[in-house]
Amino acid sequence: MKIPVLRLYAIAYLVFLYLPIVILPIFAFNNATVVAFPLRGFTTEWFQAVWADRELRGALINSLIVAFSTSVLATTFGVFAARASTRYNFPGKGPLMGLIMLPMVLPEMIMAMAMLVVLLSLGVKLSLFTVILGHVLVCTPFATAILTSAFQSLDKSLEEAAYDLGEDAFSTFRLVILPLVTPGIISAMLICFTISIDEFIVSNFLKSGEELLSTYIYSKLRFPKYVPNIMALGTILVCVSITLLTLAEFFRRRGVARTGGKDTGGFL
Amino acid sequence: MGACLFVGFRTNLIKTANNKPTGWNMSDKRRFWGTEAASGLMLISPTAIYAVLLLAAPLAATLLYSVLTDGYLTVQPIPTFKNYTDAWSNPVVQSVMARSLMVSMLVTVTTVVLAYPVAYFVSFNVAPAKKGLWLFLITIPFWTSYIIRVFMWNVMLGRTGVINSALMGVGVIDTPFDMNFSVQAMVLTLAHAYAPFAILPIYVALEKIDRSLLEAGQDLGETRFTTFLRVTLPLSMTGVVAAVLIVFIPVIGDYVTPNLVGGGKFPMIANIIEKLMLKADNKPLGSAIAASAMLIVGIVSLIFLFMNRRYLRATR
Repeated sequence: MKIPVLRLYAIAYLVFLYLPIVILPIFAFNNATVVAFPLRGFTTEWFQAVWADRELRGALINSLIVAFSTSVLATTFGVFAARASTRYNFPGKGPLMGLIMLPMVLPEMIMAMAMLVVLLSLGVKLSLFTVILGHVLVCTPFATAILTSAFQSLDKSLEEAAYDLGEDAFSTFRLVILPLVTPGIISAMLICFTISIDEFIVSNFLKSGEELLSTYIYSKLRFPKYVPNIMALGTILVCVSITLLTLAEFFRRRGVARTGGKDTGGFL
Repeated sequence: MGACLFVGFRTNLIKTANNKPTGWNMSDKRRFWGTEAASGLMLISPTAIYAVLLLAAPLAATLLYSVLTDGYLTVQPIPTFKNYTDAWSNPVVQSVMARSLMVSMLVTVTTVVLAYPVAYFVSFNVAPAKKGLWLFLITIPFWTSYIIRVFMWNVMLGRTGVINSALMGVGVIDTPFDMNFSVQAMVLTLAHAYAPFAILPIYVALEKIDRSLLEAGQDLGETRFTTFLRVTLPLSMTGVVAAVLIVFIPVIGDYVTPNLVGGGKFPMIANIIEKLMLKADNKPLGSAIAASAMLIVGIVSLIFLFMNRRYLRATR
């Protein structure tokens, strides 16, 4: 095997992927307002500033409300779509699934603008609710993708066995299918939560006055004074995201293992 | 709302059970297929209705707006193609369109070319037990705050930024590079942001390749490299095509990177749409540009699919 070249390249690529995330905490703890080497010394000043920021706290609460609602709704929609597409054949399945999955590739700006124009012309007032509407649209394809793999690995004979043993469709779903796909559902909810917290474009155009975490960060980026605070906040966000993702991956794998499917790896 | 969805789901499931065939003669089978279609449609309907109302209808409305006349503060229902002729003959719009196309093509090529070896490595050289870990590591950066990541490139590439100050500190260079606020910096940032989008489809295509085909190639006298060129690469083209489209389409509509890393000096389609729709309040013209952009994306994608039809058909 003379392939260390490929391995080294893959490792270099990972370094490239992780560079911004690794640099972030280094400067979040650096005792200087300018983000540059050499490092000046250790401080937690920026984290304290983030903690004391009232405006940020409001944005955080708004983001949590939106992210929680989005993850519940998008995952519910994902369950319907994934179950329908893995279990049944029906006319128009391709186009309908295509439409549901479209937000995954459609430029978000076009989606946000189209929704904005329609909502405004219908006289809907922009609020956290309109942001949630947009986020659900963005997150549903991801939830559907994760849940599709969860439902796909279900053995149909388990369901048939339950029917033969006298269960009706609802109790079969509750007693047999639901426990088997629960890890997938948790995984989908965590992913949707993460996407919603990070989502910027749809939030930016569908919100009214109240700030969300991402729009708050964006509004502060112009001011050099806030840069160290943003680095500290970013560090926290990255840590939270990685924790949520690790949990999601744990549940996804457990789900795959439970239904006896083959792990193909990855969420997409 | 949740309760109502739940009830719908429940009745639907009960229906499926009652219609479940006990015997398998022809007429039962026909009836079964009939109800299967109905159950499937009913089950998918909440999600599908949501997507139709909040995605398909707004997109259709955008198309409609694009052929209406812009009046003062309102949009007048007078059909016209003037928005399109205005948009296409405007030199600013032309240059923004050309730049968006160029940037997204550059990003797509960079991303896919850089990603292919990584996907190949994970599929062919990583032990099966560790593949999941590698894929997880590759996807993590993608899920962490997009704004923060884009901003970090701005911070790193700046004249007094992390990279310049590090290189000068070590003594590699004396004067800082001017990297920020350039199209190259935008391409780098976007190539970083969309990396997993390129790796995953290629990886999936590579995983599907029957490994005995590669042995056959080598048994028939091909070298490792020619086997790669003549067997592996053509068989993985479905993944490459998917990667190209899944990177190209969202990148052309990127909004944050031109503002943060391009410093607003190199606007792309999304930035000009925002300007027209919100600041200039010319919704018909903005809609026409959005529709034109989607048309261009559609045409480029179709041309690309057509160019690769050989591979797509062969591996289906």
